[in-house]
Amino acid sequence: MAKPASAIAKNWDALCNWVDTRLPVSSFWRDHLSGYYAPKNFNFWYFFGSLALLVLVNQIVTGIFLTMHYKPSAEEAFASVEYIMRDVDWGWLIRYMHSTGASAFFIVIYLHMFRGLMYGSYRKPRELIWTFGMLIYLLLMAEAFMGYVLPWGQMSYWGAQVIISLFGAIPKIGEPLTEWIRGDYFIADATLNRFFALHVIALPLALLGLVVLHLAALHQVGSNNPDGIEIKQNKGADGVPVDGIPFHPYYTVKDIFGVAMFLLLFAFVIFYAPELGGLFLEHDNFVPANVLATPEHIKPVWYFTPFYAILRAVPDKLFGVILMGLAIAALFLLPWLDRSRVKSIRYKGWASKLLLAVFAVAFVRLGMLGMGEGTIAQTLESRFWTFVYFAYFVLLWFISKYEKTKPVPERVTH
Amino acid sequence: MSNDGANKDRRRFLLATTSVVGAVGAGLAAVPFIKSWQPSARAQAAGAPVEVDLTKLEPGQLLTVEWRGRAIGILRRTQEMLDGLPALADRLRDPDSEVVDQQPGYAKNQYRSINPDYLVLNINCTHLGCVPQVLPQPGSFNWEPDWPGGFFCPCHKSKFDLAGRVFKGVPAPTNLIVPPYSIIDNRTLIIGVDPQGAA
Repeated sequence: MAKPASAIAKNWDALCNWVDTRLPVSSFWRDHLSGYYAPKNFNFWYFFGSLALLVLVNQIVTGIFLTMHYKPSAEEAFASVEYIMRDVDWGWLIRYMHSTGASAFFIVIYLHMFRGLMYGSYRKPRELIWTFGMLIYLLLMAEAFMGYVLPWGQMSYWGAQVIISLFGAIPKIGEPLTEWIRGDYFIADATLNRFFALHVIALPLALLGLVVLHLAALHQVGSNNPDGIEIKQNKGADGVPVDGIPFHPYYTVKDIFGVAMFLLLFAFVIFYAPELGGLFLEHDNFVPANVLATPEHIKPVWYFTPFYAILRAVPDKLFGVILMGLAIAALFLLPWLDRSRVKSIRYKGWASKLLLAVFAVAFVRLGMLGMGEGTIAQTLESRFWTFVYFAYFVLLWFISKYEKTKPVPERVTH
Repeated sequence: MSNDGANKDRRRFLLATTSVVGAVGAGLAAVPFIKSWQPSARAQAAGAPVEVDLTKLEPGQLLTVEWRGRAIGILRRTQEMLDGLPALADRLRDPDSEVVDQQPGYAKNQYRSINPDYLVLNINCTHLGCVPQVLPQPGSFNWEPDWPGGFFCPCHKSKFDLAGRVFKGVPAPTNLIVPPYSIIDNRTLIIGVDPQGAA
């Protein structure tokens, strides 16, 4: 005899109660999902936060399984990756999910950041969300760089050589610092071994911590939206923002749709073009690392190329490194450089719209130039777009303050 | 907790001293972890000198060997190559090898070598450490019609002449490094050992 339904429900409630008095499960669910009100006018650009989380989970899960077969030693690393690709059951899939996931991470993050630039999501009171986000981006670059070294191919080796040598540009302490990072007089087994440790545990831990901070700061102030209106300033009699809808079920369902679309593209790349023509996995990295021969055209993976183009545009080692660092550092300052009365690009003037568009073009163009061979014409063009890149931050400071803005509506629009 | 009769100054003093001692302790505890990243004893011991037989090197030929993980290039220069060097002075950043760290004293001369015939260089680019290609023939470099012969780095387009001297207007800041070396009887090159009598 089955118990009556009401009895099961009663026992279930009792169990929930038992847990809730000991662990804040239902209040957490309410505060962050079913009772977390998000603006109802989220559009396409709001998929990328949850997608970044999805890719992060993908990287961690596939990464854990890769460490079960990978050997972090200069002698064995290259062969162990080939072993994963050829001999481990489904190893090729796990490895391609991880390598494609790295590029997907940056695609998603770049779109996520562009959303922030468009809608002024970094503006007061969301400066800390942006700052944590930028720190995540910075760590992600370190994580991706170290991950790329692990297969110990030619590009792994010479990429590491170039990136670590960047620190050598620092006056006085540069050379001892590079030696300390490498743990040897050249990029060697010691370097690979420590990069492995950082890649699989130190940086992922720090990344997860920053993601928690990023989300905690977001949930403290609430999400921005394409209109840049603070929905918390317009609450109904029930204390709920009139332009807000609960994150669950409304946005969980929307995000699941985004996840499905993303996985469609992701799976396509994994199964049909995992190297993406040398863009995601470079051809030279299928050759084992050779200390004595630099590949003819050395370039980083695509997501670093905008900054690489800036580095290459400067005919001076120290100044090139400084300028590349500034290109990233400037992004941290955005919340304080943008002084506009309105947040969203929708209500800014034509000058702001043009400025953002030109900045996006400069970033993409620098990325393309960074993949090139670095001919004289390419170097000259890189200098032009480097100038445009930095001009964005200077002009933003002035244009945002003095341009005429449109009136912002009371309620969100679609 | 009751604050009645508490000596606030003493509390502040105890808090401050405890914090300082704790911070110093944490700082000292970090030292072993930071030091563990230095080259290990094994890595330091691995840098033994390398011997190269020079008799098999033809004029104009380059031989690359590995010493302490660095690519060391040995170029046997022809008279033609040597004759071309002095004329380049105003296209170079440091034609007279003024930067002392880039070569031992016994290689600070016009040809940056002990024996002008043999150029011994650490051919890791002084920009970011790539290995430049050797394009010894004048005009052999299709980007530059007046190429005098030299080294060209594929990474960031730095250029060096046939004495490893850096050209102006490239990212590399200094000349290629001449490692410590000695030549015995004009037949055997020893990389990593200074000539007898040289400091």
